[in-house]
Amino acid sequence: MILKYSIQRLLMIIPVSLAISVVIFLIVHLLPGDPIDNLIRVGSSPEDRIALTAKYGLDRPLITQYFLWIGQIMTGDFGQAIVLRRPVADLIAQNLPYSLQLGGLAFLFSSIVGIILGVIAWASRNTWGEQLVKGFILLGSTVPGFWLALLMILLFAVNLGWFPVSGARDWTALVLPVLTIGFGGIALVARVTRVALLDVGKQDFITLLHAKGLSRTAILFKHLIPHALLPVVTILALRIGWILGGAVTVEFVFGRPGLGSLLIRALGQRDYPVVQGSLLMLALAVMIGTLIGDIAQAAMDPRIREATK
Amino acid sequence: MTLAILNWLSGFTALRAFSSAMGMIAGGFLILLLLVAFFAPWITPFDVAAQNLANANAAPGWPHIMGTDEFGRDVFSRVVYGARTSLSVSATAIGISVSVGMLLGAAAGYFGGMFERIVMTVVDLTWSFPDILIALIFVAIIGPGLTSTTFAIAIAYLAQFTRLTRAQIVRLKNETFVEATINLGATPAHVVLRHLLPNALAPVIVVGMLAVGDGIVLEATLGFFGLGAQPPTPSWGAMMSSGTAQLFIAPWVIIYPGVAVAITVIAVNLFGDELVRALDIRDRVRS
Repeated sequence: MILKYSIQRLLMIIPVSLAISVVIFLIVHLLPGDPIDNLIRVGSSPEDRIALTAKYGLDRPLITQYFLWIGQIMTGDFGQAIVLRRPVADLIAQNLPYSLQLGGLAFLFSSIVGIILGVIAWASRNTWGEQLVKGFILLGSTVPGFWLALLMILLFAVNLGWFPVSGARDWTALVLPVLTIGFGGIALVARVTRVALLDVGKQDFITLLHAKGLSRTAILFKHLIPHALLPVVTILALRIGWILGGAVTVEFVFGRPGLGSLLIRALGQRDYPVVQGSLLMLALAVMIGTLIGDIAQAAMDPRIREATK
Repeated sequence: MTLAILNWLSGFTALRAFSSAMGMIAGGFLILLLLVAFFAPWITPFDVAAQNLANANAAPGWPHIMGTDEFGRDVFSRVVYGARTSLSVSATAIGISVSVGMLLGAAAGYFGGMFERIVMTVVDLTWSFPDILIALIFVAIIGPGLTSTTFAIAIAYLAQFTRLTRAQIVRLKNETFVEATINLGATPAHVVLRHLLPNALAPVIVVGMLAVGDGIVLEATLGFFGLGAQPPTPSWGAMMSSGTAQLFIAPWVIIYPGVAVAITVIAVNLFGDELVRALDIRDRVRS
């Protein structure tokens, strides 16, 4: 049952990734000017130019080029970085673990703290506690991530000296980036949790449980939270992509290696093979995140499984 | 006379957003900000581009109330001019996004079928991507600058408005008054433009207003990466970008533009919430 849904959902990834790969492939070809101008060294002869055009296959039709490119990527060949003069695949392999580590920790941190804060906001509704959490949610969902990162550096790294300013030497260098990404994540998760609890709390079966004389704690943990968790899981799954988005900026500010800082630096240097490679990886990560979320949601909610039959 | 004016004003339900204390403060701040951005040349005490290297990285004080940056330019004047850049870029971008999104969403919702499936597949696809990633893909294609920032923001939020409009249209399409209009022989264009879109407008406008806040953050982020406004154009993001080099000696160069972004976005959000309440559309803004 759930297996069938998962397979259906997994198959949908194929057309989607093809569509994304076309867009990313076109980046180089939609640029004004001849892409060869970006690749060729100054002072090359016209013969060199023709040779280089042939080497990159740029003399062939666009469709052929696309299939050659995608074929290379399937075999793990992402091309050669222009500025760094290394295979893009190496650069990705080098940077990916850092992004996964940061993203994973930030995701865990914001999910756990966010759900707890949401429950606190719900439990303390109509008191100042709720207002406090709501204020935090407002701040967390509006303050730009890169600015928060800079403030964190100023306060905790420069003035207090507790954590390193930048780099990725040991775990202490992870604290500030995780906190920065987590701040926005917590706000989002807390908001969804609070609204979901309020919605579920209004339903008849909860009133019935109160009337039956079940204790408030039992209702909260046995009935309210399990029901309220469904929209939270949806948002958390979507959040996997958003955390990667947040990681892009935060990695850059903290000077951490990672896909995000690789992408930003490559954009600044117009190193397009690297731009394409890192964008592809980030897009893939977002898709896998959404996929996991959809499957988790279907596993929890039979209505979704039924709808796709 | 006064009564007549009050009566006339009460026709604008949206104005009720100003009736609460929160709405007054947030809305008042936004109006003030618009005025400041508009009258920037008359407000700024210094020329935004005037360099004074002898007075570089001066701490906040008099006459530079927010200090000076690495070229000795007045931070306050640049923050004021930055409001112009941020507000105009974000508002233009969201304007494009709302217009195109409404057309696409209305067409998808009204005609349905294959067209709807194609539009919604693309929309759902971009919907799952972080806005910064979509904007970065776009900037990668057409290169850095304010124009590409504007279009990047417009594209990043297009999915949101297409989804929202479609949801409204699908809901309205089955109402009796629409059926009656169609049976009276109205053309699809008439039904969509005169009956469906006007009724779908309120939530789209409110969500659009909230998105202007997100657009400001996105503009600042792109500017911070050096992909948005190029020097010497003053923009909140670009100011913070050049400020990072002086982070340890002149933190005010990044603190004040950041505060400007944060307060503006918070005000937009608070006022948007009040608008949702005033127009009573809480159920409809969630798509």
